[in-house]
Amino acid sequence: MNYVEGAPIRDTKAPAGPIEERWEKRKFGAKLVNPANKRKLNVIVVGTGLAGGSAAATLGELGYRVKSFCYQDTPRRAHSIAAQGGINAAKNYRGDGDSIYRLFYDTVKGGDFRARESNVYRLAQVSVNIIDQAVAQGVPFAREYGGLLDTRSFGGAQVSRTFYARGQTGQQLLLGAYQALERQIAAGTVEMFTRHEMLDLIVADGRARGVIVRDMVTGEIERHVADAVVLATGGYGNVFFLSTNAKGCNTTAIWRAHERGAYFANPCYTQIHPTCIPVSGEYQSKLTLMSESLRNDGRVWVPLRKGDGRAPGDIPEDERDYYLERIYPAFGNLVPRDIASRAAKNVCDEGRGVGPGGLGVYLDFRDAIGRLGRDAVEKKYGNLFEMYERITGENPYDVPMRIYPAVHYTMGGLWVDYDLQSTIPGLFVIGEANFSDHGANRLGASALMQGLADGYFVLPTTIGDYLAAGPFGEVDEEAVAAAEIKVRSRIDRLLAVNGTRTPDSFHRELGKLMWEYCGMERTEQSLRKALERIPELREEFWRDVKVSGTAEELNQVLEKAGRVADFFDLAELMCLDALVRTESCGGHFRAESQDADGEALRDDETFAHVSAWEYSPEGEPVLHKEPLEYEYVKMTQRSYK
Amino acid sequence: MNLTLKVWRQSGPSDAGRMVTYRVEDVSPDMSFLEMLDVLNERLILEGDDPVAFDHDCREGICGMCGMVINGVAHGEQRATTTCQLHMRHFEDGATITIEPWRAAPFPVVKDLVVDRSAFDRVIQAGGFVSVPAGSAPDAHSIPVRKEDADDAFDAATCIGCGACVAACPNGSASLFTAAKITHLSLLPQGQPERLSRAKAMVDQMDAEGFGGCTNTGECTAVCPKGIPLDTIAQMNSDYLKANAK
Repeated sequence: MNYVEGAPIRDTKAPAGPIEERWEKRKFGAKLVNPANKRKLNVIVVGTGLAGGSAAATLGELGYRVKSFCYQDTPRRAHSIAAQGGINAAKNYRGDGDSIYRLFYDTVKGGDFRARESNVYRLAQVSVNIIDQAVAQGVPFAREYGGLLDTRSFGGAQVSRTFYARGQTGQQLLLGAYQALERQIAAGTVEMFTRHEMLDLIVADGRARGVIVRDMVTGEIERHVADAVVLATGGYGNVFFLSTNAKGCNTTAIWRAHERGAYFANPCYTQIHPTCIPVSGEYQSKLTLMSESLRNDGRVWVPLRKGDGRAPGDIPEDERDYYLERIYPAFGNLVPRDIASRAAKNVCDEGRGVGPGGLGVYLDFRDAIGRLGRDAVEKKYGNLFEMYERITGENPYDVPMRIYPAVHYTMGGLWVDYDLQSTIPGLFVIGEANFSDHGANRLGASALMQGLADGYFVLPTTIGDYLAAGPFGEVDEEAVAAAEIKVRSRIDRLLAVNGTRTPDSFHRELGKLMWEYCGMERTEQSLRKALERIPELREEFWRDVKVSGTAEELNQVLEKAGRVADFFDLAELMCLDALVRTESCGGHFRAESQDADGEALRDDETFAHVSAWEYSPEGEPVLHKEPLEYEYVKMTQRSYK
Repeated sequence: MNLTLKVWRQSGPSDAGRMVTYRVEDVSPDMSFLEMLDVLNERLILEGDDPVAFDHDCREGICGMCGMVINGVAHGEQRATTTCQLHMRHFEDGATITIEPWRAAPFPVVKDLVVDRSAFDRVIQAGGFVSVPAGSAPDAHSIPVRKEDADDAFDAATCIGCGACVAACPNGSASLFTAAKITHLSLLPQGQPERLSRAKAMVDQMDAEGFGGCTNTGECTAVCPKGIPLDTIAQMNSDYLKANAK
């Protein structure tokens, strides 16, 4: 797959001036819509996670007429619900030296200098309002005996800025947003469509004007038009088949928008989380993450000797390799996610992995239990130990846990400007579905922050500036009909193949290929191989997939087949993006670009830019570069030794 | 392991439905219950049969989307476990397993094991929230909350809305679900202004949806994957009575 280079992106619409004044300036500059006019403006929000749920609720509160869509049976189920650890905010309630500037600084640095300074600063500013909002909604955050909010230090941060609700922070924040959304549904400002899947974007006269959706119960194809469309449809980690995402997470909404003209930015930036439960067999359907906090007390090791088949308890101390403590004496077991993940892969590649297939490393609590006592360990990690035992059947108090990295989050997504607007006017993208704030690597406890910042505070302001020029009138019937016909013919095509392989079998094969060639470590050779193999597999899919049932009923096989078809196209762009970016940065490690110690080596001279890809229906993708400038945080190479 | 499954098949709301028997072979004890059904479905698709429709999403026990009555027990016999977190090592080789959808009038069957739980959303719509528009909140530390209250509120707030409580209740009552939300918000200062009106509106909505009354059998809390305590129902009744006495 080749590409051509297009014009660079020069303007992201961020106001100029001192960084701490930019968001204020934008808010003041944004046109307002008077309350009577808001009632005449329709907005479609797709997805009901933290970003989509909070955006739909807030737009409803402001008085817009909102339609909200989700594929689940209720908006309360979106995968934000599974986030365990917490949410960052620059409250500095501890007085430990935190500030908006420090959260901004940590996020830019943690993102390996591939995020925009203006956006990240705004995120840090808004972070404090999120906590206020959530508390007022009744989100039961952890508290101290004095009645004030508890915080913890998370993911190697040197300040204690992570607010949490036991190991279920995502659930509690999502339920807060869900309840706000249900309140608006009751008030009649939001109309909710559950079990509806977006299958295309309607673009008419150069503006996003609606969506084509399928009612997943009846199979009916419906058209919904509006004055603006907001996509909050999450990440695309399921391109790897096995990931920590929910089974239904998919790329279809953003991919179809990409095909309609929205640029796709940095698709190769994938976050691989180091502490997940390893694969147990071929039937594995998903991977389960265990909170990163386990690394605070667990020690990571593998046998010193290759192919050592002894039980962990039989391996004496001097025949164990605590490799993170050995290679990174300063940070030890607490090195950032990307480093811990790659180190695990390396020792397994050396043949020193443990468990089925040798794809696992030990996370051992023996010393912590010895030092703190079993009760103290149980108090801290009891629910995680229980979860581990439920899945593996092994008791981690007696036998060390086995862990292995798994795909967890995608930093890439649809390109948006400072207003969170894509390259299609009227199409806004929020939460994990956009690319904007995490650069090449997301810090722990920052995903919840970004989703809610976008949904409660940023989008509701910036979308007003766009809608102030509306309503945009009747939607060109031809554009709507064309989108509907495209959706119908694709469904017909999937059902007509009637081949010999299930959609899942193709998805598994694609996932393996992506994990192997575009996973934790990428090389020119592996990526070229993937780019050769993906089109072959896609061709086989369209020739040999078997979709049972009909289009006019609840048909989970058909749903799956449509999503897998889009994953093929996305996978190809991911590999191309990874191939072109010959540097290593954050979640993207190119083996050719490392220093003498095997650490990631950035190439700021060539790659300090966002890669925004334009779809071209017949020809080659067009690469637009958005240069990244760092006026406040000096670019440095990360070091954790 | 080799197993015999007796699965409820129902093509849609108008179909009467029936149990259908399937054999599944070479099941690994490390498989999850849903992975075992995935294996069955992969086979059914290739044989040209309609695979068994079931709801699922996160597969890590938190989204609340999955739920089946397994051998007569909502989410199966293992306590405090969602269907997706149930693993095959808890079944005997050669066993026969019956699998049915949630059965309650307010949860009509959509297809096979998939039911419509939108009644739960309408109960929340009636008042399961604090009315606080985005941007209007005071500083989070302006109102301290006793740690004990925050912890108890959290325990009630962990409800995942799966509906097992309704499926297990001989009366088809949604009291545990409704009481969990009422209790969560009743325990916090932020929930006080709307406390009584909330309880009244939610309980009335629950009744309007056709859920049965609570007779304290406790089946709900026994199957609840999050162990929501039964005394939340006492809190609900107390708030409801106060609201009606006003």
